[in-house]
Amino acid sequence: MRLTIEEVKHIAHLARLELSEDELQRFTEQLSEILDYAARLQELDTSHILPTSSVLPPRSMLRPDEVLPPLSPEEILRNAAASAQGQFKVPPVLE
Amino acid sequence: MSALTDLTLRAALQGLRQGAFSSCDLTEACLERIERLDGTLHAFLTLTPELARQQAQAADQQYAAWRQDPSRGLPPLLGVPLAVKDVFCVSGVRTTCGSHILENFVPPYSATPVERLLEAGMVMLGKTNTDEFAMGSSTENSAYGATRNPWQPERVPGGSSGGSAACVAARMAPAALGSDTGGSVRQPASFCGICGIKPTYGRVSRYGLVAYGSSLDCPGAFARSVEDVALLFERMAGFDRRDATCVDVPLPEIHLPSEGESSPLRGVRVGVPQEYFIQGIQPAVEQAVRQAIAEMERLGASVEAVALPHTAYALPVYYLIAPAEASANLARYDGVRFGPRQPADTLWEMFRRTRGVGFGAEVKRRIMLGTYALSAGYYDAYYGQAQKVRTLIKQDFECAFEKVDVIAAPVAPSTAFRFGEHSEDPLAMYLEDVFTLPANLAGVPGLAFPVGFDAQGLPIGIQLMAAHYREDILFRVGHAYQLATEWHLQPPPLYV
Repeated sequence: MRLTIEEVKHIAHLARLELSEDELQRFTEQLSEILDYAARLQELDTSHILPTSSVLPPRSMLRPDEVLPPLSPEEILRNAAASAQGQFKVPPVLE
Repeated sequence: MSALTDLTLRAALQGLRQGAFSSCDLTEACLERIERLDGTLHAFLTLTPELARQQAQAADQQYAAWRQDPSRGLPPLLGVPLAVKDVFCVSGVRTTCGSHILENFVPPYSATPVERLLEAGMVMLGKTNTDEFAMGSSTENSAYGATRNPWQPERVPGGSSGGSAACVAARMAPAALGSDTGGSVRQPASFCGICGIKPTYGRVSRYGLVAYGSSLDCPGAFARSVEDVALLFERMAGFDRRDATCVDVPLPEIHLPSEGESSPLRGVRVGVPQEYFIQGIQPAVEQAVRQAIAEMERLGASVEAVALPHTAYALPVYYLIAPAEASANLARYDGVRFGPRQPADTLWEMFRRTRGVGFGAEVKRRIMLGTYALSAGYYDAYYGQAQKVRTLIKQDFECAFEKVDVIAAPVAPSTAFRFGEHSEDPLAMYLEDVFTLPANLAGVPGLAFPVGFDAQGLPIGIQLMAAHYREDILFRVGHAYQLATEWHLQPPPLYV
């Protein structure tokens, strides 16, 4: 499985990751190698196997819908790079 | 009397109850030792000495009140120091996950396992080093520099919980919290010559453990004896409504054999999987593990071969599933709610730049791998197939545990490696996890403890695995072994 640099750029776009030219080169190599290794999973016939959705048997997880004291907006906003009027502040989403 | 810092958790508790020393004495001894050694070892990212002293004083007051009136009772782990891997949120204490993207994050709440150990009376010394977001097997991926192995400082302590393992091995703390997604408690325990538990998936709440691979992540614990690890586990485990995958299954009573008991392992069936004794394993590791299994037999256990035929597929399965889950979990680091933000004119540019600058190479690699495995057109071939093979791995364990109570195997193919040995080759680094990944994929518990040394004097660990919810049998076998042997009592030579 050889990835092209264009494919790696596309994945980086999907992941919202800025990568340097050097990183793009390196990841193209390394991801290809790792995916080659992963290709050995295709050796197995899994046509009658269900995928694992949970390692433990499914259980009913219903509980009473109770209102508990939440964290205050001040506590939550304290870690934000920018906030205003009790909300997270970000650069323009739309021009 | 030996130094206070040499005491195991249990011995420390005994001394505190008898009034042989105070929690303040013990805490100061740990802080002094950290002061003396951590410049070299770099096990801690953040120290919390003021908090520790306050908690120690409060513990001493509780002991004093209890001596006046023993009917008051005592929290079970009162006054014993604890180190916490820096992937667990602790309210008001910086929590970095070994990453620049959280370099200034101060959580407004504490993780459930931390909360429970503090409620049990423990004294928090600080936050320990980790590979960035727990992704790694050596702590070399920490954005704040690697931790050194106390046995030989030119070697890695293992990872990702390398800071916690090194600080317990170096006697800077009697106990520490870690997390295990693919071996991150068991492998550093093995490399540092101490004991560590990865509980059954869902047994210990993940609330407040910063998410990496949510279907694999398990909070775990380190100490210098199996008995100590069991004490920590009992306090951490149990249902928590704040983690929807945390189970409400009662803890079995842990019956540890007592000293002098003859054939303490009578009736215990130990399985040995040939798939874990592969070519390429360091001969000293295989020899020590086989000797330990022979010792268990001498202690009354029966030993038989078991088959885990899909073991070799665990590595590719894990390195698709864990990065896939990570790519989703780490989407939240975007410069909006926490962490430093890179300046940019548009929102999308801010996301890209903040993440590009904030994450290190291994985290980026796994986000890329996971994004690819989940992307349209590749989902079925990679992620979907991996989840099916995961079912086969899980079934291997279910079959094996119909025949045996525990499975015994090496923790890692070799003892602690040197810095830089694998850092240019991600696949070689991933191979370090080949024996620890299956337990995470199947959700079964695993316990690592020391069973010998190689010719360089580096510790060798064994891991025992059991069926879901059977941590009790792991502790029983491990403790019986430690009553009969002394490997776990050996301190690292450099710092005695």
